[in-house]
Amino acid sequence: MSAGAPKPLGRAKVKLAVHGVSMAYPAHDKPIQVLDKIDLDVREGEFVCIVGPSGCGKSTLLNIIGGFVQGTAGEVRIDGEAVTGPDRRRIFVFQERGVLPWLTVAENIGFGLYDLPPAERRARVANYVNLVGLRGFEDAYPQELSGGMKQRVEVARALAVDPDVLYLDEPFGALDSITRLTMRSELLRIWAAEKKTILFVTHDIEESVQLADRVAVMSARPGRIQKIVDVDLPHPRDLSDPRYLAIRDSIFEEIGIAHRV
Amino acid sequence: MRDLRRWLLSLSGLAAFVAVWALAVALSSTHVVPSPWRVARGLAELAVTGALFKHTIASLFRVTWGYLLGVLLGVPAGLLLGWSGRAARTFDPFIQLFRPISPLAWIPIAILWFGVGDPPAVFIIFLGSFFPITVASMNAVANVNATHINVARNFGLSSYQLVRRVLLPAVTPDLVVGMRLTLGIAWLVVVAAEMIAVNSGLGFLIIDSRNAGNRYDLVIAGMVMVGLVGLGLDVVMRRVERFDGLRWSYGAANTADAAEGARP
Ligand SMILES: Nc1ncnc2c1ncn2[C@@H]1O[C@H](COP(=O)(O)OP(=O)(O)OP(=O)(O)O)[C@@H](O)[C@H]1O
Ligand SMILES: [Mg+2]
Repeated sequence: MSAGAPKPLGRAKVKLAVHGVSMAYPAHDKPIQVLDKIDLDVREGEFVCIVGPSGCGKSTLLNIIGGFVQGTAGEVRIDGEAVTGPDRRRIFVFQERGVLPWLTVAENIGFGLYDLPPAERRARVANYVNLVGLRGFEDAYPQELSGGMKQRVEVARALAVDPDVLYLDEPFGALDSITRLTMRSELLRIWAAEKKTILFVTHDIEESVQLADRVAVMSARPGRIQKIVDVDLPHPRDLSDPRYLAIRDSIFEEIGIAHRV
Repeated sequence: MRDLRRWLLSLSGLAAFVAVWALAVALSSTHVVPSPWRVARGLAELAVTGALFKHTIASLFRVTWGYLLGVLLGVPAGLLLGWSGRAARTFDPFIQLFRPISPLAWIPIAILWFGVGDPPAVFIIFLGSFFPITVASMNAVANVNATHINVARNFGLSSYQLVRRVLLPAVTPDLVVGMRLTLGIAWLVVVAAEMIAVNSGLGFLIIDSRNAGNRYDLVIAGMVMVGLVGLGLDVVMRRVERFDGLRWSYGAANTADAAEGARP
């Protein structure tokens, strides 16, 4: 099937199920409620974006789903199994902050491939170095790279271990608009080719409508899922298509901001 | 060229100091401070008799052992304490209580336990090294970027692999700086320790030059030697910090140093 046609996701099985997840951070007087009974199902191969105002708990939710943080209530199941911690089959992309500064680009990308024989590891690393356009920088240290290049290193490192699920927390936030566009189409290409399930946090509504099968809109703190918007438009999406604009504007409206400056 | 000028600048500061010293001594014809020439002659005298060499080696010997012991025990202890919240809470009060006690306060106890000679001096230098390097190692672990630990967990590293591939590389730059500062402390402590418990070493040389005939020229010669060796140790340790395997850290950990090093 071509990447252009909408996928029959309705028939795909649920990959990731979030059930009644709440989170409260302890504070001086009473705990701060950050997430309030979040429910969300993501199907296998689906691309879901989570949008919401700053501070509404998007990163917190993604960290709970990723198994790095324990919620105060609820559970997360993947393939029916409760998540108790992070796992190599589900990689979290921490913007560029997860790049290890003492490793070169190639060593970073090969970081999760420790159980492969060296020859295979080298081949895999070379493949992903190419994929993210970092040829010639294999031996560079992260400090010698731009922010965008570091983000690409992280994405390549995540893809290199061939995970089923990718969690991305504003992965393109620090990029200039040109690189951001390139990275978006690159991510869509990889997603279509490698059939990953992707959970993508952003506060850029345009970005979410360009990328996602569905957009989960969160309310301000305490974060709830206010609405889930289907974006059943084929890729590549025409950004002047009236249907695209209608979906985008409905999300702006949902969040309560008029899309005019 | 730039390098040469920086050297000349540093040297001219020193030369001015010596000139002022010489002038002040000459003009006031004082007896409480020997002139730089007499100190230089004293240094030459000590060098010729071999005393300078002997005492320097004695001091370096004690520092080496005390410092190595301190580092060998303090680094693992600090890493462990930094890593385990519970261990830190248990032992932190102990460390905080002992840390402000000058190692020199231990001299009577050290003599009681170890008698005279090298062992009490080594013990005192050990104490002087152990607490600073333990605290530096604890802080190094505390400064490890939590995201990097999460990355290691996400990629399924075993605890051993996590320590070897993430924790140790992450703390190394801070550890090396901590080791340099600790060596400086060890060198401060040895000179003081040698004034009491032993009969060799630069500390002994200084105190003995006063006791045996008020040779203040030799006192200051000994002090100059202490300064020179301390400077040498620092230079060596800074070399270690610039070691190629730590190249990655220059940007993050010591930007100022790196910028200086990058100047042509
Ligand atoms: N470790 C923590 N301890 C206490 N409060 C926290 C902690 N982490 C986050 N919070 C609080 O939880 C709320 C949600 O934070 P979170 O980072 O999840 O928001 P976000 O939606 O990702 O925001 P942004 O879009 O700005 O990244 C914030 O109000 C923040 O102050
Ligand atoms: Mg966030």
